[in-house]
Amino acid sequence: MIDGQVSCREFVEFLDDYLAGALAGDRLVTFNDHLAACPSCVAYMKTYQEAVRLGKAALPPSEDPLPADVPEDLVQAILLARTRS
Amino acid sequence: MPEAEGQIAVEMPLLDRLRRGDATAYEDLVRSHGPRMLSVTRRLLRNDSDAHDALQEAFLSAFKAIGRFQGGSQLSTWLHKIALNAALQRLRTRKRLAEDSIEELLPSFLEDGHHARHPSEWMAPADVLLERREVRELVRAEIDRLPEDYRTVLLLRDIEALDTAEVAQLLGMTENLVKVRLHRARQALRALLEPHFQRGSC
Repeated sequence: MIDGQVSCREFVEFLDDYLAGALAGDRLVTFNDHLAACPSCVAYMKTYQEAVRLGKAALPPSEDPLPADVPEDLVQAILLARTRS
Repeated sequence: MPEAEGQIAVEMPLLDRLRRGDATAYEDLVRSHGPRMLSVTRRLLRNDSDAHDALQEAFLSAFKAIGRFQGGSQLSTWLHKIALNAALQRLRTRKRLAEDSIEELLPSFLEDGHHARHPSEWMAPADVLLERREVRELVRAEIDRLPEDYRTVLLLRDIEALDTAEVAQLLGMTENLVKVRLHRARQALRALLEPHFQRGSC
């Protein structure tokens, strides 16, 4: 749905800026107006945010099962390579 | 990343020993920091053999540069960057997937700018979906389907939590291109996840 100023295409193009709070003034107002009138962009934005959350949670470095150790042969290869380099 | 002074203090003796060329210090460094660095190279390269090679290259770079490490940041942060660099260098040598394969995963619009189709609502928010054990596995598999250049930017920004400027520097591209690639990668991931999570799909 188009409110006369922002199309769905533009809304999606600037979605990261919108979500990051990087839009201001009249531009922000037109984006908010568009969102209030466009269920398609509401659905797109919500599922986009869920996809980002799922991506971040699927591979969180903080929860990585730390490989208990670097394989011993790799440790030795690294140390050997140092003496040769 | 905020620097923990206590952490730096703990690292100083190891750094001193490394700078003096103490051979056991190199081994301590590999054993203490290697596991986390190996996680980084594995995440980016998805293959143990390449991840191991990249780890070795990372440590050789670190050994050479240790004399120039100022201790201004945590040793682990410095090593994290070196591991990322080594993995990225290896990625660059791989055959690239077709760049245009991302296009079909981006939303399409009518000529007047409307969505060409109404985006599906999903069955549940991410935190609820993540309670299902298989969901993480599935999301990881879909991230792996992204074209390499986009997957790399998504990993560096959303997983490794680097900022736009850092990613631009690591990849040798403009900050604007990093933003464009991240946005496209996220849109593509949304499209890849949609069939799994839209209402009525289970």
